Amino acid sequence: MRKYLISVAVVVSVAVVTSSTVMAAGDVVKPPKQEWSFSGLFGTFDRGSLQRGFQVYDEVCSACHSVRLLAYRNLMDIGFTEEQVKKIAAAKEVTDGPNDEGEMFQRPARLSDRFVKPFPNKQAARAGNNGAFPPDLTLMTKARVGGAHYLHALLTGYKEAPKGKKLAEGMSYNLYFAGNQIAMPPPLSEGGVEYADKTKATVDQMSRDVTTFLAWAAEPELEWRKRLGVKVILFLLILTGMLYGVKRKVWADLH
Amino acid sequence: MSDSKFKNPIVAWIDYRLPVFSFMEHELHEYPTPKNLNYWWNFGSLAGIILVIMIVTGIVLAMHYTAHTAFAFDSVERIMRDVNYGWLIRYIHMNGASAFFIVVYIHIFRGMYFGSYKSPREILWILGVVILLTMMATAFLGYVLPWGQMSFWGATVITNLFSAIPIVGDSIVTLLWGGFSVDNPTLNRFFSLHYLMPFVLVGIVVLHIVALHQHGSNNPIGIDTKSPQDTIPFHPYYTVKDMFGLGVFLILFFGFVFFAPNFFGEPDNYIEANPLVTPPHIVPEWYFLPFYAILRSFTADAVIYLPISWLMSAKLAGVLAMFASIMVLFILPWLDHSPVRSARFRPLYKQFFWLLIIDCIILGICGAKPAGAPWTYIAQAATAYYFLHFIVIIPLLGFFEKTKPLPTSISEPVLKGGGGSSSAANAKPMEEA
Amino acid sequence: MVSSADTAGDGAHGAEEGETRRDFLMLATGAFGAFGAAAGAWPLIDQMNPAADTLAASTTEVNLAPIKPGQRVLVKWQGKPVFIVRRTKAQIEAASSVNLANLPDPELDAKRALKPEWLIVVGVCTHLGCIPSGTKQGELKGEFGGWFCPCHGSHYDTSGRIRKGPAPKNLPVPAYEFLSDKLVKIG
Repeated sequence: MRKYLISVAVVVSVAVVTSSTVMAAGDVVKPPKQEWSFSGLFGTFDRGSLQRGFQVYDEVCSACHSVRLLAYRNLMDIGFTEEQVKKIAAAKEVTDGPNDEGEMFQRPARLSDRFVKPFPNKQAARAGNNGAFPPDLTLMTKARVGGAHYLHALLTGYKEAPKGKKLAEGMSYNLYFAGNQIAMPPPLSEGGVEYADKTKATVDQMSRDVTTFLAWAAEPELEWRKRLGVKVILFLLILTGMLYGVKRKVWADLH
Repeated sequence: MSDSKFKNPIVAWIDYRLPVFSFMEHELHEYPTPKNLNYWWNFGSLAGIILVIMIVTGIVLAMHYTAHTAFAFDSVERIMRDVNYGWLIRYIHMNGASAFFIVVYIHIFRGMYFGSYKSPREILWILGVVILLTMMATAFLGYVLPWGQMSFWGATVITNLFSAIPIVGDSIVTLLWGGFSVDNPTLNRFFSLHYLMPFVLVGIVVLHIVALHQHGSNNPIGIDTKSPQDTIPFHPYYTVKDMFGLGVFLILFFGFVFFAPNFFGEPDNYIEANPLVTPPHIVPEWYFLPFYAILRSFTADAVIYLPISWLMSAKLAGVLAMFASIMVLFILPWLDHSPVRSARFRPLYKQFFWLLIIDCIILGICGAKPAGAPWTYIAQAATAYYFLHFIVIIPLLGFFEKTKPLPTSISEPVLKGGGGSSSAANAKPMEEA
Repeated sequence: MVSSADTAGDGAHGAEEGETRRDFLMLATGAFGAFGAAAGAWPLIDQMNPAADTLAASTTEVNLAPIKPGQRVLVKWQGKPVFIVRRTKAQIEAASSVNLANLPDPELDAKRALKPEWLIVVGVCTHLGCIPSGTKQGELKGEFGGWFCPCHGSHYDTSGRIRKGPAPKNLPVPAYEFLSDKLVKIG
């Protein structure tokens, strides 16, 4: 009886915690699970996908969305060389200053600069986007239930609105967005970017790549974290095993 | 001085003037502990160790954190991205809060199961409840600091609880905020208090241990230790056992820290606080969910509210019930007047104990669900049962429960190889030997 | 968590009473645990080192065009003051004609300035970290026409070398390069 109750308690408490994180989706379709290079205990980011994903962000998303917590120097962590990153940065203009005349001025971005934002402030972003604010994407995979799965589902989830569903002006129908009405028009189209590595730029491929890139942007420590984690857990397993031996030894003379 | 028990002359010299070594020898080494403690007794020292981990990582985080609404969110992200090992330290602190509550909740339920709150350990128990309250306040204050959406709206909702107080409620809320909404002054004072509270906690923990060492640990059988045969020195027996338990705990804990660091968190807290947009579904951290469910149970049409509806608003009733759900623990030692401590010898109490656990879990689930049918009704029933358990069932059990016979001493079941089947011992087990 | 390992090692406490129970397992566990505690302490220490963004933002570009001969300017690099001097002929002469044997920290002026016309040094006294005076007009320049540290009286010459007073070293020269004739990058 007691064992049974304990197991019920354990199952229920696990259910509580998981259910509380899986909720909030309402009547919207749950995003299907995808295979990601970075999932699992030993998963790492696919470098090719990361770089393609950056290209998609840079050529498509960055027109409206910022990733304000990333700095250009961070791109060296995903396989770009310093020279490549310097070139990427130099193509962007950042506002600096004031100079000796007290004026703000534009200069090419440097490695230490954060990613340039498409709009100087929230109001400008709204004004430029039909009143909707394109959210910052740096933490997007951590800030949405379903994480990377959701992001990929959203990017590929644009459909014809079902009959009878009235969309407000300028809105698009999306299977996975809460309320199914999203202000962002379908961002990706077949062949929308030309990949440097000749990968075929299907909507699914671009969505995967940019999702991988954004997952990295949200958790740049992920690979380090898992690598260190394996070591720490192994160490603790051995130490705990030894402690158990010591415990047995110490207690042996009691029984 | 030559008769000092310390061979090392420096130790002996110091101890003669400042008896720290005698103290440690007495309280940590010789300290007689019942020999039959099981692994549920590991959770007390474990909680203490987690408190230390939280303080150490917290002090380190405070070196990089900026308590200003314009910078708080970014400063936390800077810790995650740019500070050396910042992500590790922050994830330890974040998951450490959850671990702290898991361990303390187990510790509390262990105390309930084995009757550790009964005479002469009432004050020990009360100090424990004070620790729980202080922990809750600390956790709440800390959760606000990253300044995410859940931080902000959690702070808003919880501080608004005080507005339920008649007449002065609104003034109190304004005082707590230092303004007319949760804003920069609020964040600043929350940071200050979040830094202060753990040290208050340390003080209460010390008192908790002093009270513990006065009469020693309770034990799974729940009868007093009677002879030296019943006890063993704390060191090395329980130090090594605690260390082993710590190892097991750390494996699980670091499993979360390294491989699922956001398991206990809410995605919404990775969105910077926005005072103009409430997230569609606000939930507190998991460890507050049962209390949150009790709070929400008191709606104007709730059956449990009807008997007191002439007295106060449903809002106030909910707030009072939430606080009462913890306050009732303060008087538990007097609500339960059964002379037998351990549930092993209380067949009925044992059943009700597990019912209470299930009730708390149900409350937790309800707290996580959006308000509305059927969860509200389930929560109301579970809330009613929660109070029924403490206010009615526990006192009644003291009158009507037929307890099993107790062994005469802790050593007895061991020596005889039987599990408490002695016929000799239905006599007053609570008496000191 | 930190003391845990040692306590476990102390399982062999009996040694004090003459028993030799320090067997291998306990010693090994103690050592292993101590290693873990030390490794666990490292992140707590390393977090105090400069963070990645601090390290990255360590270059400063300075436009030299508006600086007139003989003028000294102060710029900030890595949170520290840097002196940039457009030296006159006389100052260069004074700096390069010094007998190195008389210097506490002998260094050739030619080694301290990539272009003799421009002297770039970190403006932090090598004694105890004050900023020597002499950059602004009218400030004390010390006995050697360079800088004078008001805290404890160190005198620096027109090459930023220590000449008199308690400071042990010359003002350090930061890494810098001329991106063009009139643009220098420090760091």
